[in-house]
Amino acid sequence: MSLDLLFDPLFRLPFLTGLLLAGLLPLIGMYLRLRGEWLAALAFAQMASAGALVAMVMDGPMLLGGALAALLAAFVKGLMARAGAHAYALMMLFAWGAGVLLVANHPLAEQAGHALFDGQLYFTGEAHLAASVVAWGVALPLLWWLNRSLLLAHVFPEFHRARGLDPRPRLMVFDLLAGMIIALATVSIGVMAAFALVFVPPLVASRFGRSWRAGLVLAAVVGMLGYSAAFVLSLGFDQPFGPVCALLLVGLVVVLSVKSDRL
Amino acid sequence: MDEVLLRAEGLVAGYAAPVAGPLEFTLRRGEILGLAGPNGAGKSTLLKALWGGVNVFGGQVVKRPGVRISHQAQGFTDLRGIPLTGRELLALTGAPPEGLPPWLAERLGLRLDRLSGGQLQFLRLWACLMAPADIVLLDEPSNNLDRAGVDYLADWLGRAHAEQGIVIVSHDPALIERVCTRLVQVDGRSAQR
Repeated sequence: MSLDLLFDPLFRLPFLTGLLLAGLLPLIGMYLRLRGEWLAALAFAQMASAGALVAMVMDGPMLLGGALAALLAAFVKGLMARAGAHAYALMMLFAWGAGVLLVANHPLAEQAGHALFDGQLYFTGEAHLAASVVAWGVALPLLWWLNRSLLLAHVFPEFHRARGLDPRPRLMVFDLLAGMIIALATVSIGVMAAFALVFVPPLVASRFGRSWRAGLVLAAVVGMLGYSAAFVLSLGFDQPFGPVCALLLVGLVVVLSVKSDRL
Repeated sequence: MDEVLLRAEGLVAGYAAPVAGPLEFTLRRGEILGLAGPNGAGKSTLLKALWGGVNVFGGQVVKRPGVRISHQAQGFTDLRGIPLTGRELLALTGAPPEGLPPWLAERLGLRLDRLSGGQLQFLRLWACLMAPADIVLLDEPSNNLDRAGVDYLADWLGRAHAEQGIVIVSHDPALIERVCTRLVQVDGRSAQR
């Protein structure tokens, strides 16, 4: 294992970009988990990857293509709210099929496709870092604003509606925010690494968080530490980042499950 | 005491079709009104109709402008695996913890999935009951409560509540008799004709 690359300036920017996203994705995951919609994260990620590939084939910016596709996914999710997991599964299948066909039939898409599916960080540039900084600046105040409404709509739905509050506008704002952040993460760190960071840290926080606020902090910390460890291991052993990140986070869950006897 | 908060006039309510009503009553500030009737009469449906939670097929609900309604529903969301504490739950509705029974007050810092079913039910009830509101709608508030919980609830409701009007649906005749200042009979069959 060689750690020399860790100190190479070439990898500082991808590391910082991923670290910022690794702190945000678990926060989004906490609210998706609260609403039983964690599968939507995978649909957003698959749609973003397909959108990024389409953009690349059309000689456009992948970041924009991914973001537009995730916006479309958030819009469809809002329209098909009653279909729930069915809508997410259909979006996932559609995006996966379209993405794989593009990779198989277009030489330009092949390399980018592998980067998205394997979770390579080498394509991450200054635009991704800048977008991640903006995402922090937008997401934190928005989540602070949405927090009470999202919790109330889930825990006391009748109380919420009897107060004359319509939960749908804020749910749509959350869906758009989740779609944008997951799209940004997908084109930066790959489909499954983004999904793993949305899903696993909230799973740990749901077991060990002493309160909602502490759970949010714990999820973000687990996400950032897990991401950092995966980055070091993938670089040190010259392995693709996505699978290392996913395996590490799943391993964390298994170890914690055995130690605590439940999760 | 004489200030009218809400008036149901020939109210017929349901979902795809009418299932309950017609219902007539007036709720004044300081009153605790009980809705009584057999299972399936549509008492919970009528409760929701008071704030527009179900379709109204006939009649109307007239509310005093600006009234705030708090509704404690009968069914509730599964909160297992959500790291929410009792204190955070009360903060969601704006209910103060002062006045909670001691056996619950000392557990407010715990996660909700560490509480017993009865403790959790009482906390949900308290969150809706004590939320800032002019009208409080309670749907089967004594469900899942143990004897101590029901007694505490009845004692609390039995004291003067001059600031609020409360409507209770309950299958527990002892609770209804103990706390309600007035009873309105609901007969679901009339809506189905």
